[in-house]
Amino acid sequence: MPLLMPVVLACLLFAVGIFGVLARRNAILVLMSVELMLNAVNLNLVAFDVYLRDQLLAGQTFTLFVITIAAAEVGLGLAIVLLVYRNRETAQLDDLHQLREDDPGPPDVRDDTRETAAR
Amino acid sequence: MTVVEVMFALLGVIAVGSAILVVTTQHLVHAALWLVVTLGSVAGCYLLLSAEFVAWVQVLIYIGAVVVLLLFGLMLTRAPIGQSDDLDSPLGQRIAAAVTAASAGAVLVASVVTSFRGERIDLSDDRVAGSTGDVGAAVFRSWVLPFEVLSLLLLAALIGAIVLSRRDVSAGPAGARMGVVDEFGEIAEADGVVR
Repeated sequence: MPLLMPVVLACLLFAVGIFGVLARRNAILVLMSVELMLNAVNLNLVAFDVYLRDQLLAGQTFTLFVITIAAAEVGLGLAIVLLVYRNRETAQLDDLHQLREDDPGPPDVRDDTRETAAR
Repeated sequence: MTVVEVMFALLGVIAVGSAILVVTTQHLVHAALWLVVTLGSVAGCYLLLSAEFVAWVQVLIYIGAVVVLLLFGLMLTRAPIGQSDDLDSPLGQRIAAAVTAASAGAVLVASVVTSFRGERIDLSDDRVAGSTGDVGAAVFRSWVLPFEVLSLLLLAALIGAIVLSRRDVSAGPAGARMGVVDEFGEIAEADGVVR
C-alpha cells in the first residue's frame, strides 16, 4: 500500500476538523471536531509505525495513549460545557462574551473606571 | 491496486465524507451519529494497516465511550432533536473557516506528497506487528512509565470531572469556610466549620 494513502487521508480529516472547530457555534460540536483532528493524528502515528516497522511499536502505543487522553479530554470538556450550560442556559460559544470589552473609550476614562471599580 | 488498497480507499472516502457531514449537518444528534461512521471507518483503516489492537480499542473507547459521552452531553444541554438553525457561525466566519481549513489541508497534502511519493508500506509478510500480544508486550516493557503516568492523568481527569459537575460544591464546606462578614466587619465563621 502506498504510504500516501493513510497520510493524505489523515491530512484531509485534520482539515475537516479545523473547519469544524472554526465554523461551529455549539460547544459539543466543537468537541466532536477536535475528536476528528485527534483521529487524524492517530492515523498518522499508526501509518508511520507500520511503515517504519518500529521494534518498540512506539506509534501504536502512542495511539493508545492519545485515545486515552482524548477520552479524558472529552470527559472534562463536557463537564465544563455542562457547568457553563447550568450557569448561563446556553451551549453556544458566541454567547460567552462576558470578558469582551465592548466599547473601549479613551485610555484615561478606562483608567478612571478601573479605579472606581477597585474602590 | 490490490484488494487492500481498494478497501482502504473506500474506507477513506467514507471517513472523509461522513466527517464533512459531522461538521456541516444541522441536526445535532446526526452529527454524533456521523461521527460514529467516521470513527468506525478509521478503525477499519487501522485493521487494514495490521494494527489490530488499536482498531478494537478505537471501537471500544471512541465509538463505545466517547460518542456515548457526547450524546449524554447533547441530552443534558437540552439539544433539540430535530433540525436547529443556530449551530453554525455567521456566514463570514464560516467562509473564513473554510478558507483556513482548505489552505491548511492543501499545505499538508502538498508537503506529504512531495516528501513521501513512491514510498510503500510493506504489508505482505505474515509477521503482523499489531496484535494484542505485541502491543501488550510493548506497553508493559518499553512504555510502562508513560502508562503509569497516564493512569494518574485519568485519575485527575476523573476527579476534575466530578468536582466540575457536582452541584453542591460551592455550598459545601469549601464555600462555608470563606465565612460571611457580619455587621461589625468581622468574619463570622459558619457553624459547620466551627464544629
